[in-house]
Amino acid sequence: MTNHWVDIKNADLVLIMGGNAAEAHPCGFKWVIEAKKDRKAKLVVVDPRFTRSAAVADYYAPVRAGADIAFLGGVVNYLLTNDKIHHDYVKNYSNAGFLINPDFKFEDGIFSGYNAEKRNYGKDTWGYQMGKDGFVMVDPTLQDPNCAFQLLKKHYSRYTPDLVSKVSGTPKDQFLKVCEYIAETAAANKTMTILYALGWTQHSVGSQNIRTMAIIQTLLGNMGMAGGGINALRGHANVQGITDMCLFGANLPGYIASPTEADVDRKTYVEKRTPKPLRPNQMNFPQNFPKWFTSLQKAWYGNAAKPENDFAYEWLPKIDGAYDTLAIFEKMHQGKMNGFVCQGFNPLASVSHKKKVGDALAKLKYMVVIDPLITDTSEFWKAHGEFNEVDATKVQTEVFRLPANLFAEDTGSFTNSGRVIQWHWKAADGPGESKGDVEIIAALFQKLKAMYAKDGGKLPEPIMNLTWPHRIADKPSPAELLMEISGKALADVFDPKDKTKVIVKAGEQVAGFAQLRDDGSTSCGNWIYSGCWSQAGNLTARRDNADPSGLGQTLLWGFAWPANRRIIYNRASCDMDGKPWDPKRTVIRWTGTAWAGNDVPDMRPDAAPAEGVMPFIMTPEGVARLFAPGMADGPFPEHYEPFETPLDKNPFSPGNPKALNNPAARVYKGDMEVFGKAKDFPYVCTTYRLVEHFHFWSKHVRINAVLQPEQFVEIGEELAKEKGIANGDRVKVKSNRGFIKAVAVVTKRIPTLMVDGKKTHTVGIPIHWGFKGLTKPGFITNTLTPYVGDANSQTPEYKAFLVNIEKI
Amino acid sequence: MALQSLDIARRSATTTPAPGVRQTTEVAKLIDVSTCIGCKACQAACMEWNDIRDEVGNCVGVYDNPADLTAKSWTVMRFAEVEEKGKLEWLIRKDGCMHCADPGCLKACPAPGAIIQYANGIVDFHQENCIGCGYCVTGCPFNIPRISQEDSKAYKCTLCSDRVAVGQAPACAKVCPTGAIQFGSKEQMKDYAAKRIVDLKSRGYDKAGLYDPQGVGGTHVMYVLHHADRPELYKGLPNDPSISPLVSLWKGFAKPLASVAMAAVALGSLFHYVMKGPNEVSKELEDELEKEDAK
Repeated sequence: MTNHWVDIKNADLVLIMGGNAAEAHPCGFKWVIEAKKDRKAKLVVVDPRFTRSAAVADYYAPVRAGADIAFLGGVVNYLLTNDKIHHDYVKNYSNAGFLINPDFKFEDGIFSGYNAEKRNYGKDTWGYQMGKDGFVMVDPTLQDPNCAFQLLKKHYSRYTPDLVSKVSGTPKDQFLKVCEYIAETAAANKTMTILYALGWTQHSVGSQNIRTMAIIQTLLGNMGMAGGGINALRGHANVQGITDMCLFGANLPGYIASPTEADVDRKTYVEKRTPKPLRPNQMNFPQNFPKWFTSLQKAWYGNAAKPENDFAYEWLPKIDGAYDTLAIFEKMHQGKMNGFVCQGFNPLASVSHKKKVGDALAKLKYMVVIDPLITDTSEFWKAHGEFNEVDATKVQTEVFRLPANLFAEDTGSFTNSGRVIQWHWKAADGPGESKGDVEIIAALFQKLKAMYAKDGGKLPEPIMNLTWPHRIADKPSPAELLMEISGKALADVFDPKDKTKVIVKAGEQVAGFAQLRDDGSTSCGNWIYSGCWSQAGNLTARRDNADPSGLGQTLLWGFAWPANRRIIYNRASCDMDGKPWDPKRTVIRWTGTAWAGNDVPDMRPDAAPAEGVMPFIMTPEGVARLFAPGMADGPFPEHYEPFETPLDKNPFSPGNPKALNNPAARVYKGDMEVFGKAKDFPYVCTTYRLVEHFHFWSKHVRINAVLQPEQFVEIGEELAKEKGIANGDRVKVKSNRGFIKAVAVVTKRIPTLMVDGKKTHTVGIPIHWGFKGLTKPGFITNTLTPYVGDANSQTPEYKAFLVNIEKI
Repeated sequence: MALQSLDIARRSATTTPAPGVRQTTEVAKLIDVSTCIGCKACQAACMEWNDIRDEVGNCVGVYDNPADLTAKSWTVMRFAEVEEKGKLEWLIRKDGCMHCADPGCLKACPAPGAIIQYANGIVDFHQENCIGCGYCVTGCPFNIPRISQEDSKAYKCTLCSDRVAVGQAPACAKVCPTGAIQFGSKEQMKDYAAKRIVDLKSRGYDKAGLYDPQGVGGTHVMYVLHHADRPELYKGLPNDPSISPLVSLWKGFAKPLASVAMAAVALGSLFHYVMKGPNEVSKELEDELEKEDAK
């Protein structure tokens, strides 16, 4: 979230699309209700299903699963053609006026630079026009045909209400009604918050779904505002934390990009990731990259990381390819992996194409499962009737189960969706022989280190030199770890303006990332968390909910990264002169001498408005990107059909078969072949979560099992009638990868949509069942889903594929 | 059982006068259906606080689980898909005991002290006194009490009388994530409801209103409804509930049994009368019978 949970109450309009906050985030949803009750906010829900969020909405519009960009592109077009944009904001705070390379083209659904064989783009033509001064050329009138604003207009002029309705299945009047709601927040003092989650990310165009909304929020001037922002709701209590710490192989902690094989030395690696400002006077905050990275290496390798050895750069793994979930199981499926440590993860249930995952696991020599529960994955080798048909005698994988504690059986910190890190205390001891995850990993490390010491081995340095300053080597304490993450001075740190003045003494905790250095004098395990445990102590344990502004900022509650800032880009909540666009919801303002207010300013505190330092400090441009050259699949989001689509052409570029699906999405050999076709699998299927369950955990809990006991699939009344299915009948749902059987819930809540002139039915399937647990045994829903991911993040396309359904 | 903080106002089949020294605030739970997301946290909290665990059932084609109230499920969400003016509405109502001011269950109950009403308005079942006759089921206009197959005793929502007795809100109100379940004095709850109704009317629900049916003397569980003119839309919430005439029961197959029971009651009443004074419930039954006989 750019904003935070409580801030939802400050919105004038809450849009829920690509998510279902009431069911997946019921506690956070209270702030939506507060906005409605206390601020008279409106709630609009756009979803293929009439969800429990829709049940309390002021307005609901259906959309076909997989057609969000068509819908949102239509919103962009509506805002531009009806002049419902925040002009001053767009002109100053976005790259609207930036001139784009005239060779940049978009033709027949494909951007310039496409390589069909490799299924990727060369981005040479996607850049800005650079002036002689070394900065991007800008047309402040936004009239140049090659400026981002004009290109944006041109691109989305194709997204007419008629075409949008034809593709998304949203009736035109309902689409326009949603546009009207959204357009109202173009006023400087009105804001819309967008709440989304996996309904947008789990598509082959997932990142671009969110990009389209980022364009909308920028056009409306809603970024940086109280009650605005782009708000990804995270499901697990600590999934934000794990992402921050380095969930993905492509990242080191704090979203630092992992070195690749091309980064032959530290200098190459650091230079590539330290951008130069693209406009004068901009903060270009990533210029501090060397400080973050060096401090990280010092946190890991301590005294062994020295200038002489490039701060231990050699010991970091260099990524030789993709290491996302799909890539890992692809490698495993190809028999290229021996072992797999599966910690807090149930991939047999949660990764797409269960058959492929099961076959992949069977090719391992060993698997270690670290989990509090007996997961389906840990019994992938065992026959469970129809639910898991496998011949155990043919599986050689040795499986070890290490019982772990649950979160409430451990002390530590959670980071919520709003980036607020909150310390939590152990509530109970774990049962039996269970241990905390830290303890398990630490013991594993000690054992490995002893083996290297005794037996030697290839490249022992990264293990042998790892700094391990914990009082109990086998059991590092959560406090020690958070202090390490927050960072400390290893030598005296001096004020850059006065080299004689010590600002942090050696051994002291740093106050924040501004005190980190690239000379090895500081260590910090994650720069964005820096300052969460300062000399003042553990700030994440603070529980003062004082809220003087009434906006719910509560700056003394926990610690929000970065720098305890609650609303990122908050400089954009003020006009060019530093006056709040809405004085009633002042986040920060220019006092005449400094930035101050109800948040930690996202701006150099003494940057006078006249200096022209722009609010989006994490971009070298200083402004928000309408045109985003960093994306893998195009600087402007374009609608592509899901890889399994009911349509045979992309209605936005009907003449080009290459533009039917995302041309830059990675598809492995063998997976393309098992994509189903509409003639065999005529119904759009989407998978989701129910409020009564949490992923695949709560099926092990009696109360949750009572509340939602048995697997079901949902279909609309019209499809049920066509197929002779009555409510409560048992049905079989098939995709080209397998089948599941479940109870049919026939409902008015799944509408039949007119898509491209044809009636299109949706089948909805909740994911929570499996063959282990206290619920009635069920099929793994991901038996059905396709093995393809988003072109940028590789998140699998769980949300839109094709199935057939029949009564059993 | 009475506690220092919970005076009993009425007790089934009992004539002992109620204590009257202390001032007790009438409490109420308000369920704002318009902000309920059907998350069932209230059901989970009810199970946890009251140490009840129902069976793991089946999906019967709807989201309602357990499918109905049972002796181990004292509250359930009821989901209704309704089309109003061409617009789909998913009305989700938390069902459970309404804690009537004039409780039909208590009036019908022949077992002394099996059903009681506290001075704060809560109607509670004391299972140790329950004889499992099921009259409370017949007497209830909302179809709430359930007889356990295990111990043949009647169970239902207690409004967490044990929590309320120590100044806590009922478990369901405590956990409700959206604040759809509010708890306080009946007066406060009516004020809160009035504000919600203004808001709903501003959003086009012209008939929004409070459900506090007077046919049972008002209730200590009330609803804010978007369509207060048609409570039946909410999966059969009675439009104008009232206590079913007990006569209809006495008239039917139970009459011969009733005569035996009456004899026992009469005998009991005699003792009772001698010992403790007149028994109102029995008297009512007698009146009903007399009326019947007169026909």
